[in-house]
Amino acid sequence: MLRELVSLYGPSGREGAVADYIENKLKPYADVSRDSMGNVIAHIKGEGKKLMLAAHMDEIGIMVTYIEDKGFLRFVPVGGLSPMAVLYQKVKFKNGVIGVIACSEDIEPKDMKIKDMYIDIGADSKASAQKKVQIGDMAGFYSEFICQGDIVTTGKADDRIGCFMLLSLAEKIKNPSYDLYLVFTVQEEVGLRGATPSAFSVNPDIAIAVDVTDTGDTPSAPAMAVEMGKGIAIKIKDGRMVTSEEIVALLENTAKKENIPYQFEVMTAGTTDGSVIQTSREGVPTGVISVPCRYIHTPCETFSLKDVEGGISLLEKIINKG
Amino acid sequence: MLKKLCNALSPSGMEENVRKIIMEEIKPYCDNIKIDKMGNLIAFKRGKSSDKKFMADAHMDEVGLIVKNITEKGYIKFDEIGGLDNRLLPGKRVLVGEKAIPGVIGVKAIHLTTSEEREKAVKTKDMYIDIGVQTREEALELVAKGDYISFDSDYVSFGEGLIKAKALDDRAGVYILINMLKKAKPAYDFYAVFSVGEEIGLRGAMVSAKEIMADYAVILESTICADSPTTPKHLQVTRLGEGPVFSVMERSSLADIDMLSFAKKIAHKAGICYQLKRTGNGGNNAGKIQVAGRGTKTLAMAIPCRYLHSPVCVISEKDLQLGEKLAIEICERMDEICLEN
Repeated sequence: MLRELVSLYGPSGREGAVADYIENKLKPYADVSRDSMGNVIAHIKGEGKKLMLAAHMDEIGIMVTYIEDKGFLRFVPVGGLSPMAVLYQKVKFKNGVIGVIACSEDIEPKDMKIKDMYIDIGADSKASAQKKVQIGDMAGFYSEFICQGDIVTTGKADDRIGCFMLLSLAEKIKNPSYDLYLVFTVQEEVGLRGATPSAFSVNPDIAIAVDVTDTGDTPSAPAMAVEMGKGIAIKIKDGRMVTSEEIVALLENTAKKENIPYQFEVMTAGTTDGSVIQTSREGVPTGVISVPCRYIHTPCETFSLKDVEGGISLLEKIINKG
Repeated sequence: MLKKLCNALSPSGMEENVRKIIMEEIKPYCDNIKIDKMGNLIAFKRGKSSDKKFMADAHMDEVGLIVKNITEKGYIKFDEIGGLDNRLLPGKRVLVGEKAIPGVIGVKAIHLTTSEEREKAVKTKDMYIDIGVQTREEALELVAKGDYISFDSDYVSFGEGLIKAKALDDRAGVYILINMLKKAKPAYDFYAVFSVGEEIGLRGAMVSAKEIMADYAVILESTICADSPTTPKHLQVTRLGEGPVFSVMERSSLADIDMLSFAKKIAHKAGICYQLKRTGNGGNNAGKIQVAGRGTKTLAMAIPCRYLHSPVCVISEKDLQLGEKLAIEICERMDEICLEN
């Protein structure tokens, strides 16, 4: 299922295929609906407080802004892209067309900016390019799914891992101690836009967002006490939120009791849907669990399946009555 | 009417001058008009159906300046309101306060500058406004700390159907929205919102959107043009005279994909040319309206405008007329969105 999820097309605002896939998977377990922005909201009835779990369906990508006479495409980023990470990567459009990102050759590598780059889809003229791609079309990054032992390398792990975790959880829920809402959000990468209205309509008592986080375990990485493979991360703080103490305690106590490896996460920049869910309406106590992931926002996001499994069982233990 | 709208002094926070003009214009055409606590003017016109709510938004405020302090010698020190390029301030004529006292933005004369100073843009904090008085006391008889300041720039028609004025961002949108109220027979209940505080962080829309909670919203704007001779073709955001602009993506929002394809089809059917914005930059009230409450399907439609946020905004009359026509078509046929897609 993870392999399928990371193969689906879904740049921000174009999450339809991911939403369809998720809806199908959830139908046997939940009442599923889609709101006006495209968020998928799945309800699994239970006694107790209303708990919202959120993972985002969208991925970073590019949007075509101009087609050159020779058929090359100019583009802008959709979400946070570093020029270094996109050069010579492949992108894939909704209709399956694949292109390669290259840069004007008269520019020094250190000076390269995205506005100097273009996409080559093998078209020899503007007219032939327009048969395949239009201005305003978006593409996601094309990547392989590589699994070596417990370690997976793939694009779109951010945040199809979160989607995978919530879908896996749905299969395991029996007799929940919460009234459970699984929310699969749109447009997280461009500004947490799907989570805002979905939190408003679900109106939860408490919430947990599920996403990826950076690690500090690679050569010369900025100091950060999160390591890949050392357990699911319980967020304390990121660039925009301090998680709610009661949710951190719930996550930590459950992990301890059930012997699930965990680590605390303090991230200096970046954030997740959790930050806007927390301030929805009158405020929602909100926590975040994150899968430690190296090289986020590249086609080589790398993480450990052990951390993913730990995260799923942590949520399951919290929700299922003992 | 556009001339009157552009000449009104209305930096963010002082929208009253524009609001008065709008009120006069739209009164006979609405079923209800109210002004909310923020100052947004919300006009309501009943549609053929009340099944859905349709909202269109244009902002009344403009970028400008504000009096920060007055020196002993009667010069005004000022700060910026909204995203202003400090490079274009020196030497401009301005109007200060409700009495619209004329002044000029002064800097050191070129004779007195060093070669180093000439290489660099003058900072706002090193500029001052000269209103022709000699002491603080004299100045205080005319202006006060906190007074708003607008550019003093005439509305001029020139060239082949072009218009130059200040504040075309977003009086062009205001003009279209007024004409929608006057001419359109809306398919759904129509909320026309003339909003405050867009240039300082989409503040008015944050409130009006939550109150209305529309199903569909069209944001009427003026947008970056960048069709100057020195800009490479692929970086020209829009071009003057090539029709109204739909944004696919901006910093503040992504167009709803159904709204976008619906609007394109309406334009094709009506024979109106349009352009897609060729950047992900810029932002507008869609950012707040889209995520208010349970969420709204939004689309930003803009008139291309050269030298945006300057005293010499330039638009094309043709783009404006086509924009108006298209906005009216969308308002009258909004109920076809389900059939179209």
